Amino acid sequence: MLQIHQLHKSYPMGDSSLHVLKGIDLSVNQGEMVAIMGSSGSGKSTLLNIIGMLDEADSGEYILDGLTIKNLTEKKAAVYRNKFLGFIFQSFNLINYKTALENVALPLYYQGMKRKERLELAMFHLGKVGLADWSHHLPKELSGGQKQRVAIARALAANPKLLLADEPTGALDTNTSHEIMAFIQQLNDEGKTILMVTHEEDIANMCKRIVRLRDGVIIEDTKVNQVRAEQYV
Amino acid sequence: MRLETISMFRFLFDRDTWQEVLDSLNKNKLRSVLTMVGVWWGILLLIGLLGSARGLENSFNRLFGDYATNSVFIWGQTTSIPFRGFQEGKRVRLTLTDARKVEDNVKGVEFVLPRSQKQTSASRNFQSGNFQMAGDYPLLDNLQKKNLLTGRFLNENDIQHNKKVIVISEDVYKQLFEKGEDAIGKYIDVSGINFKVVGIFKLDTTSRGPKQDLHIPFTTFQQIYNQGDLIGSLMITGKPDFDIKQIELDTKLLLKNLNNIHPDDTRAFGSFNLGKLFERFSGFLIGMQFLTWFVGISTLIAGVFAIGNILLITVRERTKEIGVRRALGATPFEIKRQIVVEAVFITLVAGIIGIISGGWILILLNHFFGRGDTAAIVNPSVSIAIVFVALIILVILGTLIGLIPAFKATSIKPIEALREE
Repeated sequence: MLQIHQLHKSYPMGDSSLHVLKGIDLSVNQGEMVAIMGSSGSGKSTLLNIIGMLDEADSGEYILDGLTIKNLTEKKAAVYRNKFLGFIFQSFNLINYKTALENVALPLYYQGMKRKERLELAMFHLGKVGLADWSHHLPKELSGGQKQRVAIARALAANPKLLLADEPTGALDTNTSHEIMAFIQQLNDEGKTILMVTHEEDIANMCKRIVRLRDGVIIEDTKVNQVRAEQYV
Repeated sequence: MRLETISMFRFLFDRDTWQEVLDSLNKNKLRSVLTMVGVWWGILLLIGLLGSARGLENSFNRLFGDYATNSVFIWGQTTSIPFRGFQEGKRVRLTLTDARKVEDNVKGVEFVLPRSQKQTSASRNFQSGNFQMAGDYPLLDNLQKKNLLTGRFLNENDIQHNKKVIVISEDVYKQLFEKGEDAIGKYIDVSGINFKVVGIFKLDTTSRGPKQDLHIPFTTFQQIYNQGDLIGSLMITGKPDFDIKQIELDTKLLLKNLNNIHPDDTRAFGSFNLGKLFERFSGFLIGMQFLTWFVGISTLIAGVFAIGNILLITVRERTKEIGVRRALGATPFEIKRQIVVEAVFITLVAGIIGIISGGWILILLNHFFGRGDTAAIVNPSVSIAIVFVALIILVILGTLIGLIPAFKATSIKPIEALREE
């Protein structure tokens, strides 16, 4: 599903440069649920951004579903992101003047889908996250957990191969976090490949595999016994 | 390329496109409105000023409309420089010979009309009054269009047979006749001689130039008052391609030569040059139109820049949103297109509102200043062509100015845009 080989990335910092990723090797199979852990500055977010094609590596190889991702134009990157990837952000990043339904339909709009089809499909996904009744509410009328569920529905709308989550529970209280995690686990059970960045141990333990980063290198890569989130809900 | 054109076309007629534009404008209602004010004001100024300029032009044209504008009146006064044995202060009288010589020798002359005039009393039954009377040729009607209310002007027959006919102004009619009385064919008494009224004309109160209340045939005038060869004044019209100022100079020089007057004597002949006056007014009008375009276009450009500026701020504020959209798969082109359409839309809406309110201003101007014969502004209006040109300029400027924030929006990498708080 995803192969990364000797990935390097550094950011220029004035005269010198900051070497953030120092040769990452990572391979993720279809249906896995991986947590990327590490303290701040360990390079975990940079890695996720490169996987998300929001950022580009200086050197190394990145193959997504058999496709080498290298030297993409902005336009191509946009098309790939739309087709292959679903993003879930810590701060939800819903567009605040659009209703929940329109937010979910947005990736489909950029796919060029007709309005009617698009809204139907978006409604279906909103239903899946249990927010069908809230479809015409604006983000500000929703709770944090609801917003994140809308964001998940949006990430799922275009039926991506890979779901990328950047601290998906970072802005939520414990209860809601567990609710969201239970939901993400359920998606994984259905076969979605999920990659998430987190710094919370208990959240990481709800994944099936933990990759630990420190100072730009992987220091540990272990399979774990998944803790089911439903039991806390 | 063809596919792109089709997709662009579809884009413009897509409900979602306009939904997006309206959503983002709606989000910032006050700012959208304030943004529009600049362009609205610019267009309003342009339409208002151009319309008023046109109104002034119309009113000038009406003022001069009854006169051939390339004409000059010349009459004799008294000399101010002694010459060839004549002392200064000599009375100068023009003669028919002078008129013929001018007609034959001055380049560019079309007509030369001699005229004699005097102040006289006119009476009918028990009513009487004092009026300016002129002996004229029928050709006067070509030169100084008489607005006839009834009857006719003088004709060749009157001239040839020294007929005692008279054309009177409306004022004279009001003084000498009863209200509603038919004056044509009736006689009035002018210095003891009966004249038959053949026409009544409306005295144009806005007209410049010598004013006459009574017109009788030139030949009759000369005979009755025993003028012989002497005439009061000359009216000269120039051919279209000739400069009336030059004709005036040439004529005066010739007349000085014929009448033993020093060439530098500026007081010997008086003149009234309509062409000179008209030129000054048209110069003023052209200047005003130039100023109008200059002010209007500058204001417009300033207004469009304000739109660009505010869109730039908006884009800055929406950096994160744009980052999200790009993460969800919006291409840079799609983002740019959206912003440019927003810019053009705001400019156009503001422009159209400006044109409409400019039209209202012109209606108000017409209502308050455009009524009556002495109106300062006549039919202030702007041609449809100018409105279209203004709209096209707006669309072009809107597109150009929209490109700046559009490129700004996509110059930030989506990753940086997402990081923005």
